[in-house]
Amino acid sequence: MSDPTLSFDEAMEQFDPVLGFEVHVELNTKTKMFSSAPNAFGDDPNTNVNEVDLGLPGVLPVVNKAAVESSIKIGLALNCEIAESCRFARKNYFYPDTPKNFQTSQYDEPIAHDGWIDIELEDGEVFRVEIERAHMEEDAGKLTHMGGATGRIQGAEYSLVDYNRAGVPLVEIVTKPIVGAGRRAPELARAYVSAIREIVKNLGVSDARMERGNVRCDANVSLMPKGATKFGIRSETKNVNSLRSVEHAVRHEIQRHAAVLAGGGTVTQETRHWHEDTRTTTAGRPKSDADDYRYFPEPDLVPVVATREWVESIRAQLPEPPAERRKRLKAAWGYSDPEFRDVVNAGVVDAIEETISAGATPAAARKWWMGEIVGRAKVADVEPAELGVTPEAIVELNGLVEGGKLNNKMAAQVLDGVIAGEGTPTQVMEARGLVLVSDDGALLEAIDSALAAQPEVAEKIRGGKVQAVGAIVGGVMKATRGQADAGRVRELILEKLGVNA
Amino acid sequence: MAEITRDDVAHLAQLARIEMSAHELDRMAGELAHIVDAVKSVSEVAAPDVPATSHPIALSNVFREDVVGHVLTPDQALSGAPDADDHRFKVPAILDEE
Repeated sequence: MSDPTLSFDEAMEQFDPVLGFEVHVELNTKTKMFSSAPNAFGDDPNTNVNEVDLGLPGVLPVVNKAAVESSIKIGLALNCEIAESCRFARKNYFYPDTPKNFQTSQYDEPIAHDGWIDIELEDGEVFRVEIERAHMEEDAGKLTHMGGATGRIQGAEYSLVDYNRAGVPLVEIVTKPIVGAGRRAPELARAYVSAIREIVKNLGVSDARMERGNVRCDANVSLMPKGATKFGIRSETKNVNSLRSVEHAVRHEIQRHAAVLAGGGTVTQETRHWHEDTRTTTAGRPKSDADDYRYFPEPDLVPVVATREWVESIRAQLPEPPAERRKRLKAAWGYSDPEFRDVVNAGVVDAIEETISAGATPAAARKWWMGEIVGRAKVADVEPAELGVTPEAIVELNGLVEGGKLNNKMAAQVLDGVIAGEGTPTQVMEARGLVLVSDDGALLEAIDSALAAQPEVAEKIRGGKVQAVGAIVGGVMKATRGQADAGRVRELILEKLGVNA
Repeated sequence: MAEITRDDVAHLAQLARIEMSAHELDRMAGELAHIVDAVKSVSEVAAPDVPATSHPIALSNVFREDVVGHVLTPDQALSGAPDADDHRFKVPAILDEE
């Protein structure tokens, strides 16, 4: 049963959306937040656990210093204040994903607070999203529901629990309410999560693979009548775990809320479950007593004190923010807006940067990556960088073309050879016998034959129709099996016919 | 004396997943009030200039380097489990959040 919705346009005519996001980022430390068990994905069940992760009696958690540093890095990258001192807290609840019956988290003392990031939408419009806080906590174990018809909890007879993920370090990033996005709210939602993902990946603190749950988003949506300032009642759609889903979930919730409100109803404050197949949400549990988590300071852990020296030494290690880097590269390379957007969307910014520093011009680097390699990657269904074409190979190949040793058609064949692992461009060229014929003697012979074969075309050219020369060039290229230097052929033909081009 | 109502006790019992009879709720309301009063006596000696603490010793930054250490085998991990299947803990299906 899907809920009634208004169309997005109808919803936007009557209401202003307010958004809020909680994004969980799994850190890629070697060990867990509070134990020395490995933090690894995809291993056999319960092989990455020790007594601390299982919440056995008498254990003592100890904080992973690298996880704290990663958390500070995230806070700094989000322009947050870093707390001089902060504590962990116990969030108490009963559910088998947490063997201790509490999650060690932070409550009133997050390590980072009061930050912001600027989110640029595709057309260049910028929204500033304010960050309420970023706090440290631990991930929960993974439940698999068994015996039900669909593997869902409804109808399940029992659940199996793997605690490999229990205790994996998490940073939860919480925004302040985002007002004023209007009809761009769904786009902004996607762009925000995308920016967080890019930032943590760029910092090197998370693998940031959404399909593995490294970055997970809970999306809060409420509506208020146009022009109002008092927020409406919100819903929280949990675990929206792809960029596309975030955009669709926000759009759906806007349309669903609008239908409720336009019909004179009241939105229920509740969590919602996202369903990728139907692109709709269904009601989860309402906010209730179950949310009484009885937070209290974790007595087994002592405060984390971030001295200014420590924070500044971490700040000094931060890489250039992705958005600033893009701006700098676009200006340096002289690409147009659409050219640069295509490069970004194709995921070859790094590759082009490396190719340019290996000696190619920005134009040449773009030509090879966007014109040749991206298309081949698409056919092979891999990332462009995974085809194994090195920046050096591209520079060499480009040099062969510019030096008149290869034409573009032959260069494409050489590139295929390089991708097939046949060696460097020069080695492939030699092994495949690809030699551009620019020896005038050999070319003139082929030109004579081509002119003789098409005397009427030769007449036209003599009569001044220079563009007809293409037909003769084509004949020569065919006779030389594509290995002639087309530019030189053209010159020689015109010379022979006594025409000034 | 602190005011702990029967409803407060019922709420706590629910949060702690403890089943309590009507009689127990009544009795515990009175007992809990006494307990809260006993704990409250701390505030009599803690003047406003004494900051709240979560730890008896003034320590901070007790950290561990990010180096893999002790790990249990799955058999060890599951040795205390009431039930297990396929190297995983087996628990009753609990309809809560999904």
